[in-house]
Amino acid sequence: MRVLIVGATSGIAQVVVRLYARDGARLLLVGRDAAKLQAVAADAHVRGAAAVETLLWDARQWERAGEVVRRAREWLQELDVVLIAHGSLPQQAELWHNPVRAIEEFHITGTSVIALLAELVPVLEAQRRGVVGVISSVAGERGRAAMAIYGAAKAAVTAATAGVRGHLAQYGVRVITIKPGFVDTPMIAHLPRSGLIGAMIASPERVGRRIYRALQRGRPDNLYVPWWWRWVMLLVRAIPEPLFKRLRM
Amino acid sequence: MRREQYLSWGRYPRAYPAAVYQLRWRDEPLPRPAPGMTMLAYGYGRSYGDCCLNSGGVLLDTKRLERFIAFDPAAGILRCEAGVSLAQVLELIVPRGFFLPVTPGTRWVSIGGAIANDVHGKNHHRAGSFGCHVRAFELVRSSGERLLCTPEQNAELFRATIGGLGLTGLITWVEFALRPIGTPWMVVESIRYGSLREFFELTQESDADFEYTVAWVDVSAGGSQLGRGIFLRGNHAEPEQAPQHAPRPQLRIPVPVSCPQWVLNRLSARLFNALYWRRPLRRRMVQPYEAFFYPLDVLAEWYRLYGRRGFVQYQCVVPRQCAEEAIAELLGRIRASGRTATLGVLKVFGEQRSPGMLSFPRPGVTLAVDLAMEGDATLRLLEELDSCVSACGGALYPAKDARMSPEMFQRSFPHWREFARFVDPQFCSDFWRRVTGSRGEPCAC
Repeated sequence: MRVLIVGATSGIAQVVVRLYARDGARLLLVGRDAAKLQAVAADAHVRGAAAVETLLWDARQWERAGEVVRRAREWLQELDVVLIAHGSLPQQAELWHNPVRAIEEFHITGTSVIALLAELVPVLEAQRRGVVGVISSVAGERGRAAMAIYGAAKAAVTAATAGVRGHLAQYGVRVITIKPGFVDTPMIAHLPRSGLIGAMIASPERVGRRIYRALQRGRPDNLYVPWWWRWVMLLVRAIPEPLFKRLRM
Repeated sequence: MRREQYLSWGRYPRAYPAAVYQLRWRDEPLPRPAPGMTMLAYGYGRSYGDCCLNSGGVLLDTKRLERFIAFDPAAGILRCEAGVSLAQVLELIVPRGFFLPVTPGTRWVSIGGAIANDVHGKNHHRAGSFGCHVRAFELVRSSGERLLCTPEQNAELFRATIGGLGLTGLITWVEFALRPIGTPWMVVESIRYGSLREFFELTQESDADFEYTVAWVDVSAGGSQLGRGIFLRGNHAEPEQAPQHAPRPQLRIPVPVSCPQWVLNRLSARLFNALYWRRPLRRRMVQPYEAFFYPLDVLAEWYRLYGRRGFVQYQCVVPRQCAEEAIAELLGRIRASGRTATLGVLKVFGEQRSPGMLSFPRPGVTLAVDLAMEGDATLRLLEELDSCVSACGGALYPAKDARMSPEMFQRSFPHWREFARFVDPQFCSDFWRRVTGSRGEPCAC
């Protein structure tokens, strides 16, 4: 098994890395912090990964997404599994009056993923096999005041991933849009833990294991984790906008 | 933060931190708590009493420090982050032909906690405590210093941190030696015995031939049957003794909610013990290591059986020469008190000394008894027991304790003053405040 994981130091991705390491996979781990990446790589190595290589890449430099895919082809030859797991959840309040940062956040979470997918498409077309998982978010399903930019970027990721899925289906490549809700990782460290949100937080182990299983099977097309987010979002989408805008969600 | 998540295993005392800080990376700096506030590492909360609690302070949750760093299969040495659980270690090393050098009765403890409490197991007479197998660790002090501690380097901090109850700073990673094994199976003998005297005879005859020995004690029996129980002794199975296939993973049955308090009472506990003592035994059997070492891990969150009141475990060690009388006295008083005593364990410790200054295991005999927490009546009984233990020069295990007096602690851990010099000024626990007699303010050191 040859596996490329982008955003490998994220809480969810680390769980997936561990599971593939246990399977004896050959791994390319991509992230922006050398020390953290090294810690994750050493862990994967001890857990049984056949070989582990790391690549430093900052999603702000989305125009250099080609380097990631080039390195992956060098190190892995073929791509059996690709997981794109990076993203950034800024505090929206800090972005309203800071358009430069708002766009930078959009690039980190949105543009860079689209750039990676664009670079991956010709490779996957040519190899005519493989599974791609893209971690989007339930936040991409409806614009909310508290997550305007993050939600917009995730909406872009969701739409782009669906498009790539449609295109690659004819080549026998599976593409999975992964939509987690709140996951207990550093990303949500600034959210309140009490009340409704606290009850909806899932552990990265649960989410990571579910993603691993989906990648192994190559389905479903749209993966909500935990599963009940599908129904929660159905409800959230059904709320009429005149009411929704007053809910201050 | 969900408050109930950060209690100790016995659910007594119910004391809550002011804040919990989730550690994520071993190289990240410690948080800076508000002035006057202290910190304490918290892993899986398997300590029974208050040595993992820090009321009004900060708990450093170490569960996410769960990465392996290096494994040398030739030398049998593993280096990992301090929040890795023994379960995670076993999952990695058992298929590779290794076992933990020492393991307590649950595998849901962190490696950092295993050092901080200098845990022991059924092989103490052969291997000593966990601290005897630690080669190195990194200790982060509140000053920001990161110290590599080994028996040679920072040797005093090394000795203070082993069994140091997390008070000397934060352990971020640990390197320790493993024990090679032939199979994941155990060859186990179970022997029903009828009195305390027989327990000592069985121990004497078994300790040379069996790496692991322990006895379950029927705490409800009295009179001539006082101390009766089932003696367990085992060795790792060699390949020719064991099935060729890997054992099936252990079941985990959750205890989903707190039971009503009346479920476990004096009578139901007595009934359970009497039945358990009479259960059919196979004298010799081959079983998976999990069933031998971790029978209680089958019941996830089993503290809930005791209900909201929680429970306490009383674990003491008494010197060998007076052990028989002292254990008989303790069991007799527990039985006479009419308190709800559920589970008893007896084990003879070996001579091997731990490097830890504050380590609990020492030559002698250890008795552990679980008791439902029934308020003052239970506390009075335990004080009576303290006087027996104290009279013969014994000691209580801090990892299990929620109530011993400062005098009791200071008498039975004579190195505590030497140890106190190494306590980090910004680290403290409810246990330490209690046994050093300081209330509220940072630690006496």
